[in-house]
Amino acid sequence: MKWIQRLGLDAVLLPLVGVFMCLIVWSGISGKSVTTKTKDDWGDVVTTTKRTGISADLPGPMETWEKSRSYILNPLAKRGELDQGILRFTWLSLTLVVQGYLIALVVGTPLGFCLGLSKTFGKMFDPIFQILRPVSPLAWLPLGMVLFLSAKIQVPGFGAYTASELAAVFTIAICSMWPTVLNTAVGVRAIPQDYLNVAKVLKLSPAKTLVKVLIPATLPYMFTGFRLSLGIAWLVIVAAEMLTGRPGVGGFLWQQYNALSYSHIILCILTIGVVGYALDRLMSFIESRLRAA
Amino acid sequence: MSTQSYLELWKLTKSYPSPKGEAVIVKDIDLRLKQGEFVTVIGHSGCGKSTVLMMVAGLTSITSGGIILAGKELDGPGPDRGIVFQSPSLLPWMTAFENVMLGVDQVFYTADRVEREQIAEYYLTLVGLGDAMHKRPGELSQGMRQRVGIARAFALAPKMLLLDEPFGMLDSLTKYELQEVLLQLWRREKTTAMMVTHDVDEALFLSDRIVCMTDGPEAGIGDIIEVPFERPRNRLEVMEHPEYYPLRERLIEFLEVHAHRKAPTVVPETAPAISKAKEKVEPELVS
Repeated sequence: MKWIQRLGLDAVLLPLVGVFMCLIVWSGISGKSVTTKTKDDWGDVVTTTKRTGISADLPGPMETWEKSRSYILNPLAKRGELDQGILRFTWLSLTLVVQGYLIALVVGTPLGFCLGLSKTFGKMFDPIFQILRPVSPLAWLPLGMVLFLSAKIQVPGFGAYTASELAAVFTIAICSMWPTVLNTAVGVRAIPQDYLNVAKVLKLSPAKTLVKVLIPATLPYMFTGFRLSLGIAWLVIVAAEMLTGRPGVGGFLWQQYNALSYSHIILCILTIGVVGYALDRLMSFIESRLRAA
Repeated sequence: MSTQSYLELWKLTKSYPSPKGEAVIVKDIDLRLKQGEFVTVIGHSGCGKSTVLMMVAGLTSITSGGIILAGKELDGPGPDRGIVFQSPSLLPWMTAFENVMLGVDQVFYTADRVEREQIAEYYLTLVGLGDAMHKRPGELSQGMRQRVGIARAFALAPKMLLLDEPFGMLDSLTKYELQEVLLQLWRREKTTAMMVTHDVDEALFLSDRIVCMTDGPEAGIGDIIEVPFERPRNRLEVMEHPEYYPLRERLIEFLEVHAHRKAPTVVPETAPAISKAKEKVEPELVS
């Protein structure tokens, strides 16, 4: 293995080896279409197509590629509401995620500050947060539907929101809020007493203390929360789109499952994974820039 | 008497509730400082000397007794007391200049921006950071950070300067340098100063009087020593002064032997002693 490291190839080569190994396992367990021609009792030739393999209905890597290529090679195509290129679907999903995520940040950060600053507030609401935190998006969505059943909100520039869209945004917001709330609270509690003493001695006003001391001191923790929240927001999108039938990566996945088009499920899974990874990298990048500043 | 004293600690006591009843840290501290005086409180670590200083700073609550500064009873912290902490306590996301400005903005809010910036620059230059004032604490050495801490305290134009083992974390060379910086600024500003340390030489070099504290619990004032060296002081001259080693021995002996004795119930009358010290100090302050 030494020579690989010496050539600096390990960063490229080893992941490729890993991918290749996974592809082999995938090919191994996936099924194949086998067409057989037999003569029946009356002497007619009957063509039967059967899938065989360990998991007969799971499409293999090549089959997945063949069926998905039009979505990947024409990523911006729009053939119908639920038949669009993969980038178009991704874009639709992202816009929904961003809306829910921003609400989560706007609501979660102040909640985190209150939780970190006030013991009374903590005692009052921490048990509720702890109980709501592990609730799955699949459980929140129906509640969101009920909540917005009679609502029809007109947002200038965005158009009208239907109950299901509002429910989806609500679900994303409430599920992705917790890392921001908890990390911000931890960050506030971790502010060194020295910094707080400076604020006290200089008699900074509460607003000035917040802007000059509390927020800068908490920022690294806040950003860790923001990054984790974004991960969860993206995780929730599939559940939200599945249940609402909204077009997007998750909606497409569910629709294709129902249409017995299993290759596209794999396409969607890979897309969700890649986008999630890209978002996480993006946030890490912003975080590191912020820390350096 | 009380008209003469600038800072007066009156029966100052600090105790915490503990499972075994009240844990008394310091008890019945009576101390008076004249305006412009430099007093050092010395004692073993954990004896409660920092507690006394933090009560004067307003960062620790007072259990009983009181503190009067310039004729007003103190209640809570405020920028009228400039504090130099052991760790410089600079905000790391701000430059040295911004750290000083944070305080200057609070105190001189009636002055315009340019004037306030001039104040911050003036003090940073005085402590020798003229070239480095726009660096963040992370880019500065420990000694330079403490210089910023000193500049920040003086830039508030405080009634009092409180120093909590300000040079405790520095190597001895840097420590000597910063003691000189502190002494220069103190002479220039004529600020009343109260310092806490466990360094005998530092106490002798800087102060007019040294207050020796007994060990806790229920720590009190064990002895008060007048420091007779003339000002302005030069380290070598001070060390060659015939009184230096006797005083040093007296302090060390106190720390070693008498520290565990309980605080005397009758605190020695210190007011005449202060005026004597003041007479000695006065000519230097004018020069």
